[in-house]
Amino acid sequence: MSAERIAVLAGGRSPEREVSLRSGHRVMTALASLGYDAFVLDPADGPFVETFSAARVSACYVALHGNEGEDGTLQRLLELLDVPYTGTGPHACQMAFDKILAKEALDAAGVATPAWAAVEASAIRDLSAGPILHHVVERLGLPLVVKPSRAGSAMGLSFVEREQDLPGAVMGALSFSTAAILERKINGTEVAVSMVEPMEDPLPLVEIVPKSGVFDYAARYTAGATEYFAPARVSADVAAACRREASRAFETLGLRDLGRTDVMIDIDGRPWLVDVNVSPGMTDTSLLPMAAQAAGIELPELCDRLVRLALQRS
Amino acid sequence: MAEFTVDPYAHLYARRTSGMSASEVRALFAVAARPEVISLAGGMPFVEALPQDLVLEVVTQVLTESSAIALQYGGGQGRSELRERLAMLMAEEDTPADPEDMVVTAGAQQALDLIARVLIDPGDQIAIEAPAYVGALSAFGAYEPRYLQIDLDEHGMIVEQLEDALLKGARPKFVYTVPSFHNPAGVTMSRERRERLVTLCREASIRIVEDNPYGLLRFEGQPHPTLHSLDPQNVIYVGTISKVFAAGLRVGWTVAAQGVTQRLILAKEAADLCGSSFNMLVVERWLAGDHWRRPALAALVDTYRSRRDAMLAALAEHFPDDATWTRPTGGFFVWATVPEHLDTQRMLAAAVERRVAYVPGTGFYPDGRGRSSMRLAFCFPTEDRIVEGIRRLGELIADEDELFRSLSG
Repeated sequence: MSAERIAVLAGGRSPEREVSLRSGHRVMTALASLGYDAFVLDPADGPFVETFSAARVSACYVALHGNEGEDGTLQRLLELLDVPYTGTGPHACQMAFDKILAKEALDAAGVATPAWAAVEASAIRDLSAGPILHHVVERLGLPLVVKPSRAGSAMGLSFVEREQDLPGAVMGALSFSTAAILERKINGTEVAVSMVEPMEDPLPLVEIVPKSGVFDYAARYTAGATEYFAPARVSADVAAACRREASRAFETLGLRDLGRTDVMIDIDGRPWLVDVNVSPGMTDTSLLPMAAQAAGIELPELCDRLVRLALQRS
Repeated sequence: MAEFTVDPYAHLYARRTSGMSASEVRALFAVAARPEVISLAGGMPFVEALPQDLVLEVVTQVLTESSAIALQYGGGQGRSELRERLAMLMAEEDTPADPEDMVVTAGAQQALDLIARVLIDPGDQIAIEAPAYVGALSAFGAYEPRYLQIDLDEHGMIVEQLEDALLKGARPKFVYTVPSFHNPAGVTMSRERRERLVTLCREASIRIVEDNPYGLLRFEGQPHPTLHSLDPQNVIYVGTISKVFAAGLRVGWTVAAQGVTQRLILAKEAADLCGSSFNMLVVERWLAGDHWRRPALAALVDTYRSRRDAMLAALAEHFPDDATWTRPTGGFFVWATVPEHLDTQRMLAAAVERRVAYVPGTGFYPDGRGRSSMRLAFCFPTEDRIVEGIRRLGELIADEDELFRSLSG
């Protein structure tokens, strides 16, 4: 049998370009070690459709992060090109990547997420809606987590303790996106719930303990800056509750093949879902590969499983 | 239950690496390096201006006539023939230098590292300009100094501030300065301040480290004397061929008193045994001809001057009235300061989204200052691209300003 040709899509133009390239090269190496004819293809390099068509691949592994790769744009293109790809389809990507749409859907489905509000740059500018920030503080209290509605890797994220710091934090988030989410900050334990289909045998939770206290960009991508515990040091009941919320989110948003949800467990042991990722990082400091490894699944096996899921759809 | 360790030896790293971490700004630069982005960020010399046929000729000569030397180890101090050429280059700025007092380094950056290695013990105080060249902060930072920051104005380092600090008992090991066409500030230290700084430091027995990468790239006006020419004994001079020839060859040098030079040679040998013989020969040959001097250098200076003019004109047209910026008379950089409620680090993602990039000011201070400033490099992009880049930035700043005003009600 000739080797299946797999394009690992990585890079792109989003602020997470560098992270994506790291994910992509690891995935490519893992697939090549199993005999796949795998190569990295950067959609930002040259005319994508021409290059892609000429490459004549059996399937794509989507290792893009951030807009274009995670918001469904690329997936829609791949649907038109009729090439199977790993992960979630266009519409669900669009929903999950946009934190406003995702939170609305999750709220409606009864998934516990921290109390929140959204502010859009256009509303602030065109409707002079700036004073809304004060109302948000009255409603949600402080401290708040401020993040871009459409971005990943904790980019543009800040924690706000004082109301006077809110405009700056909102502007920081709006630098990445047209809207910002303001969310009540949950104190407690942060865990990542990784999901890879088939779901009968769930992966262990990974507990995240950043040495600086904040799981920001530096804490995520500097080896040694964060301690991880897999499985997480939480009771079986709490772990089960986290998985339940994560599964409901996965189903509600219509994710496929894989996903990662980030959950805060408050001091009463209650899980709050804070983020859903359709294209979880695959770098050497990323959470999903860590969870798989803790379950005895090495990266090549994990990538192989995902590629097979895609190939089955061809 | 297992602690999952990404890096099981994380506890073994030296303390000096604690500041070395992944950063959002660095990640954004990965996008900014893409061709569709107009980058006013990097200080890359315009090497395309070099006469390529002459470069090829020199490289070929080196390989045909001197390959036994070019491909072999050399001495730690660097080839004496090259040092003689470098002394001639310094003579262009009326700065006498004895080749025996020189050490050839892998770019000026290695010179900064070696100087720090020879002079800084952990906890020592050193004086720097505020803002300061980011590469110097990285090089010095590895040796764990404390910083005494001396502000700049349009006439360079405010030497009076240093004087005050000395009167109050501060005793920095050395004062680091880029006196001409400062990186990142673009300003040049006045003659009076140069003389005052040199006298002050000599009387207080404090060394000066003079970093002079841009001295020969003067667009107008009369040159000021280098600090080294005012006090060869007390000033450690750092030079580079990166801005007058080729940055990719990594050839820089130091000139210092014998005690310092001796230690720098030993430090250089400990770091990498010797510089690249091949690269040194190429530079030596290049400097042996006179194409580098009048025609090549003048053409380069003309190009940089036009680009600076384009940037200054565009700033006047597109930046808001309450923004300020420096007017460099040479070098590569303009330092712009926007209204203080804008945060240039937070704004960078939006800038890259609009396909323009700059370096946020915070990188040039060791203590998080510089939030509303940015370094704008005019050395690499063409005039058209500079104008378009500044236009995009101006538009962004206006939008951010409007956003801030709406947000703060």
